[in-house]
Amino acid sequence: MVNGLPAVTALLPALLFAATGLTLLLVDTIRPDARSNTSMAVVGAIGSLAALAASVWLTASGAVNPDSGAVLLFADAIKVDTMALFFTAIFASVTALVLVAAHDYFHDHDNPAAFYSLVTFAATGMAILAVANSLAVVFVALEMVSLPSYVLVAYLKQNRGSVEAGLKYFLVGALSSAIFLFGISLVYAATGSLILSDIASASIEGLTGVLGVGIVMMIGGVAFKTASVPFHFWAPEAYEGAPAPVSAFLSSASKAAGFVVAFRVFTEAFPIEMAVAANIDWMLAFAILAAVTMTLGNFAAAVQEEVKRMLAYSSIGHAGYALIGVAALTVDGPANGTVMGAAMAHLLVYGFMNTGAFLFVAMAERWGVGRTFADYAGLWRRAPVASVAMAVFMFSLAGLPPFAGFFSKYFLFQAAIDNGFLWLAGLGAINSVVSLYYYSRVVKALFLDDPASPSALDAIDVRPTALYAAVVFAAVATVLLLPGFGPVIETAEAAASALF
Amino acid sequence: MILEALMAAAFVGALTVFLAPDEWAGRLAFAISLIPFAGSLSLWSGFEAGGNALLGGEIAYATRIEWLEVGGRSVSWFVGLDGISLPLFVLTTFLVPLAILSAWTPVDTRQSQFYGLMLFMEANLLGVFAALDFFLWFVFWEAVLVPMYFLIGIWGGPRRKYAAIKFFVYTNAASLLMFIGFMSLVFALGDSVSSFALPEIAQAIAAGDLSAWFGIPPDRIAMVAFLAMFLGFAVKVPIVPFHTWLPDAHVQAPTPASVLLAGVLLKMGTYALLRFNFTMLPEQASILAVPIAAVAVVSVIYGAMLALAQKDLKRIVAYSSVSSMGYVILGLIVFTEYGIGGATFQMVAHGLISGLMFMAVGVIYNATHTRMVGDMAGMADRMPVTVGILVAGAFGYMGLPLMAGFAGEFFIFVGSLSAPALPYAPAFTALAMFGIVIVAGYLLSAMQSTLFGPFELETDYDVGPAAFHDVAPLAVLLAAIIVLGVAPDIFFEMIRDAALPVVEGVTVDG
Repeated sequence: MVNGLPAVTALLPALLFAATGLTLLLVDTIRPDARSNTSMAVVGAIGSLAALAASVWLTASGAVNPDSGAVLLFADAIKVDTMALFFTAIFASVTALVLVAAHDYFHDHDNPAAFYSLVTFAATGMAILAVANSLAVVFVALEMVSLPSYVLVAYLKQNRGSVEAGLKYFLVGALSSAIFLFGISLVYAATGSLILSDIASASIEGLTGVLGVGIVMMIGGVAFKTASVPFHFWAPEAYEGAPAPVSAFLSSASKAAGFVVAFRVFTEAFPIEMAVAANIDWMLAFAILAAVTMTLGNFAAAVQEEVKRMLAYSSIGHAGYALIGVAALTVDGPANGTVMGAAMAHLLVYGFMNTGAFLFVAMAERWGVGRTFADYAGLWRRAPVASVAMAVFMFSLAGLPPFAGFFSKYFLFQAAIDNGFLWLAGLGAINSVVSLYYYSRVVKALFLDDPASPSALDAIDVRPTALYAAVVFAAVATVLLLPGFGPVIETAEAAASALF
Repeated sequence: MILEALMAAAFVGALTVFLAPDEWAGRLAFAISLIPFAGSLSLWSGFEAGGNALLGGEIAYATRIEWLEVGGRSVSWFVGLDGISLPLFVLTTFLVPLAILSAWTPVDTRQSQFYGLMLFMEANLLGVFAALDFFLWFVFWEAVLVPMYFLIGIWGGPRRKYAAIKFFVYTNAASLLMFIGFMSLVFALGDSVSSFALPEIAQAIAAGDLSAWFGIPPDRIAMVAFLAMFLGFAVKVPIVPFHTWLPDAHVQAPTPASVLLAGVLLKMGTYALLRFNFTMLPEQASILAVPIAAVAVVSVIYGAMLALAQKDLKRIVAYSSVSSMGYVILGLIVFTEYGIGGATFQMVAHGLISGLMFMAVGVIYNATHTRMVGDMAGMADRMPVTVGILVAGAFGYMGLPLMAGFAGEFFIFVGSLSAPALPYAPAFTALAMFGIVIVAGYLLSAMQSTLFGPFELETDYDVGPAAFHDVAPLAVLLAAIIVLGVAPDIFFEMIRDAALPVVEGVTVDG
């Protein structure tokens, strides 16, 4: 650490999240009145912005730098490097947006207080997941993310859809957690270690089969968290039934948390050379998952009639794109760092555009205009600013050039091609074309279609300020990340290259 | 930094107009749009660069700032002008204020959003002509589509949804094809280029740096890339048979959007063909010279015949654009100084003339609420000035000497008659010239039945002379067409200067 600060300073973002969560509980205890909704939202937003600032500061000040400056703590169980900070920045941005938006979404909820602390505690788990350097920490952190998420999905406990979604999410989640944990135990059995770098250097003479099964099971755990095939079934149900801010949080931040596990654990614990030598080709497994996931997500999204469900499938599709970051890797591949860095940058951009899109749905739910494409017809006339923001999200998710989603997707594909994965990039491009169809349906409904009846727009009777602010901020970020893409991709590329 | 300042003026202007109240959004937008125009005039008067920007020539007003670097290739903010892009840059800044003026009468809802989108589109159009980095160019190129989609889809005619979506789908699919084509060139160049700067890529291709990629030999990659880019741009131009989106878009679009669509957006396609296909891959172009010339001639004749069959004045002008763009393609493929120079000149000339025609038809429509040839007659009695200018513009379209259209077509024919690179050049030229006869045929017959004779129109509207702000842009455009026709050298000098290196095969001296 620079500046003579103690090494634990590197954990500042995670500590800030935890402190925020505790403060929220405290605020709820001191002021359990109706007005606490506002104070909770303010405290939560300030806390997550502080965590964001801390991770940006740690990266920018060089306290943790990609070449040598990874900070190891607690007997190597924690490793803070640029990649961890990069992901923490994603989690913090999404959390801040979601907490601000929740202020208006839960304005008439009986007990909004628990929501804020649950989100913050889940974010704490994500921040720890990002720095986990031991499989034990990975698992604990993963559960720290999952448990609050189950509750959040079922947060509208009077709403049957929400409760059903929560149960489905919980059942699939419990199953995949068990599989993941079993995988960890097999890896431990084969290598005798839980610290990632020790696993990599352990001798696996004669135990290759055990290690292989362990790795496959761990892939299953990752697939659940990232909502990838074959553990994607929960995602459309959970995202659709959950309150929209929770869907935003799960599909952006929680998904990114799954990817940080994939990116770090697989490259550090099972280095590519070793995997190829031992014939445990997890890259190939991820390549197949990526191909199937993006295709399934995009084609399923194309036939949806409800916007939220379409976004849920599109979120699966984007998991497929991001999986390219762990799929298009080869031994001594010239672009290994670039492809993973591009996937990280894509997740960052995706964090803003996808959160924004779900928050627009949150706004529509707040207005009560309905759920289908047809219900969104002509919203532009009454809510021009929010509709323009939604158009930005849709075009950016589709990867159209004037927005940041274009760059992040393009560089991902370019790096995959540079690494020899032309087929994966080509499939991604085809899927992007498909996605333009269903994303543009939203834009068409908002701007070109006429509302079903002149009174259909009367539902839009309020201007939820905080929701508006969150949506507009996400849109501005989606646009500004295009000119500002340089530092993002360069940081991500450097962070990812440090793993190889 | 003056290019950036002009684009920023349009962009910030767009944001300002978005926020302005509807009552004076039109006037504000017009005032703002004069800033880029004034700026581009000063660019023009101070222009001294020579040669082609892509082939080692001098680049005027250049700025190059690195934007980001990924996988060993850098993307930069790289803008600048040469003799080919400057005229189109000036054309854009000139047409936008006039198009905004022409919107004052017909656009009566959501004005601030309408004019904001117009200025936003201007900023991106300027970017398309100024950008010299592929990514920057592509961002602007695609960003043009979005405002046009909304302009057609929200303020358009009865079938606006269909037209907007068709426009969006056609042009986006084309962009993707073109993007893949160009990227395969970049990948085939491998490590020999370290950026997406167009000059660097063009010179690397000229130096023979294309190498095999994924086992595909360089020649074949170049040919595939040429075809993919050609098809992609062909939709934009449009070239028959990819033209079907155009009449729908034009007929449904509000007049000011039509003016920019015909005046500038179509030129994006021909400009890109010149910059990418013909400048970067001249060998492939010469291999395909005969089929491309054939397509060009078919566009000329078939576009004109389609125009002949139309009853809607706007459709007539729209199809005649297809025909005019055919001349441009013919000029490009012959690879002579006058051919390529004339094609570029024709881009500007057609931008002015088609802008004038769409605007004049729009003014008549504002008064009569119909554009059907059979519905009206004798408009000259009621709207003498508008009709006078429309007739003059139509003669410009037919190629009346001393008007810009004549100069452009004349240069193209001079260039194509003596084209060494194109077999049967005289035959192609003769066929294309025949197109002018058809143009004269449909324009004269349409004008005769609608404009002259005794006044006839079933309407409750009081049809009288158009307002000053409707007629003024028409007069200004007509003046510009005549000036350009009398003194084509004000643009043609610099165009020829930039076209020569393309013709001379490719030399790298940068």
